[in-house]
Amino acid sequence: MPSYEPWSAERTAQIIGEHQGLEGPLLPLLHALQETFGYIDQAAEPIIAEALNISRAEVHGVVTFYHDFRSAPAGRHVLKLCRAESCQAAGGDALVARAESRLGIPLGNTTADGRITVEPVYCLGLCSVSPSAMIDGKVVARLDAKKLDSLLAEVDR
Amino acid sequence: MSALRIYVPGDAAAVACGADEIANAIAASASKRKIPAEIVRNGSRGMHWLEPLLEVVTSNGRIAYGPVELKDVESVLDAMIADGGDHQLRVGVPEEHPFLKKQTRLTFARCGIVDPRSLQDYKAHDGYKGLTKALANPGGIIEEITQSGLRGRGGAGFPTGIKWKTVADAKADKKYIVCNADEGDSGTFADRMIMEGDPFVLIEGMTIAGIAVGATKGFVYIRSEYPHAVAVMSDAIDIARRAGILGKKIAGSNVEFNLEVRVGAGAYVCGEETSLLESLEGRRGIVRAKPPLPAHKGLFGKPTVINNVLSLATVPIIMDKGAAFYKDFGVGRSRGTMPIQLAGNLKYGGLFETPFGITLGELVNDIGGGCFTGRPVKAVQVGGPLGAYFPPALFDTPFDYEAFAKKDGLIGHAGIVVFDDTVDMAKQARFAMEFCAVESCGKCTPCRIGSTRGVETVDKIVNGIEPEKNLAVLADLCHTMKFGSLCALGGFTPYPVMSAVTHFPDDFKPAPRLQAAE
Repeated sequence: MPSYEPWSAERTAQIIGEHQGLEGPLLPLLHALQETFGYIDQAAEPIIAEALNISRAEVHGVVTFYHDFRSAPAGRHVLKLCRAESCQAAGGDALVARAESRLGIPLGNTTADGRITVEPVYCLGLCSVSPSAMIDGKVVARLDAKKLDSLLAEVDR
Repeated sequence: MSALRIYVPGDAAAVACGADEIANAIAASASKRKIPAEIVRNGSRGMHWLEPLLEVVTSNGRIAYGPVELKDVESVLDAMIADGGDHQLRVGVPEEHPFLKKQTRLTFARCGIVDPRSLQDYKAHDGYKGLTKALANPGGIIEEITQSGLRGRGGAGFPTGIKWKTVADAKADKKYIVCNADEGDSGTFADRMIMEGDPFVLIEGMTIAGIAVGATKGFVYIRSEYPHAVAVMSDAIDIARRAGILGKKIAGSNVEFNLEVRVGAGAYVCGEETSLLESLEGRRGIVRAKPPLPAHKGLFGKPTVINNVLSLATVPIIMDKGAAFYKDFGVGRSRGTMPIQLAGNLKYGGLFETPFGITLGELVNDIGGGCFTGRPVKAVQVGGPLGAYFPPALFDTPFDYEAFAKKDGLIGHAGIVVFDDTVDMAKQARFAMEFCAVESCGKCTPCRIGSTRGVETVDKIVNGIEPEKNLAVLADLCHTMKFGSLCALGGFTPYPVMSAVTHFPDDFKPAPRLQAAE
């Protein structure tokens, strides 16, 4: 289970400083912020804009364009289920439905107790061993109902 | 006694099948038995139904066992200690396996064989021979690549040599080499395998490209869904830099070339080259109108070579063995080999590199073994989410750019996803439109609006709302998207949609409803 620091302006400024020298620093910078805090706090956007000499709208535009960047912290665990064609061909849709009913939430949501976020992902590049998933950054292939249930049981503990 | 040398793939597909746990268990068991063992995390051989596929070095070469589960670790280790002894999971000499024996591995020559983090291993397997030749005659590189007939392996199939020539001829104070490793197509994983299994070949290919066009800086833009590839690629770049084959004076020459890994952020459209460049610059991945071409005004407005991983990873062997050697493989205008990826509902999924010209049917039935569900194949999608669905009636189509175009399809990045007869093709057509709607960058109307209208129209058809009229609307919509979109996302979404309509018309008939008897 990943652990994150609480958001702080000082730490944000420090991370910006570490990346400012790169060519095209915004994406690496946003990745670093999310790795540190678990999400991109909206309060970080004006600080980034100021440092990179771009508008707040540009920063906000980038944060919201990319599926990876979160505007709020995810659940304690993140389960990504592949919804792309290869996994569909191997029975992935039924597994998505099973996860949704077990957790009582549709894909793209977090359980009310903040325990787990379940999201769609469009291809993990594990198409020859479909269906696949990723839980807290760990890849899982040849997913079936039994494997899925044990993944969900693990995060229950 | 010398240490037992055991290979446990670190490739993400093997890891997803439990390779990390197996590697730990093997190490623990060997240490408990007080047997010196060296565990190498190699790439994958590409026989993914056998993953995790372990190998041991014996007096008769490497012997493989797979698929190994945790419960098999002790007995497999026994067999390994017995110089590659018998075991029910024994695969034997990997190269002798029919799946590998039938292949022609040029781009993937080293993948699964070498330790991806060992430069020494890379060099021992013909690595950096291409660069040596390139440095000896920098002026001849572009001619060699042009003569080889190499075309862009990302999907568009544009001649690589011509692209490089355009950048070489452009005058600028700075030029870039960008590697498109945003391999987002479902059914494709060849780029990932190269980066995880043989990263130095990509570094070498990009370096040669840099020398050819006069670029001193390169970026590898890898999608965030590939954390293993990001890790191996970054390590390999560090190793190359420390060894002096990246940096100010590469390999003792006066040539400068540096590389940096950049990670995407989950946007499919960033696989489109201009959108990728926007993303690298730190903006929303919005497609640019062409012209200007990236070759003239690319990254940060500078002339830029942007090529797929496989195109760049094929450059070293062309430089090493010569254009004529490479060109000798293939058919028509599709020269050389293509690393084809077999995926979906298939018994023997994996990577199959072969000269162009093999038929779709051979790939699906003879090599892939048909569906793992044991049911008949109904459709195969070739070339990712923007590729056409082919019925078995078209299985005689040879795998080459032009032959597929003639059948209203595309080979794209050469991923083949197989579906059995339970697939509902209207649902697949709807998904293609839905995916386009989710991933559209929003710049052009046909893609942004057309995809949403497409989802609605497919829904109307399957719900029996004026089906004939709505099928005509769908065809018209696809026509507008195909010819009116700025890039391949909107422009190619019609391929899966219209191929589903054309080849599987029965799936678009409204479901028979139960008569309301009351």
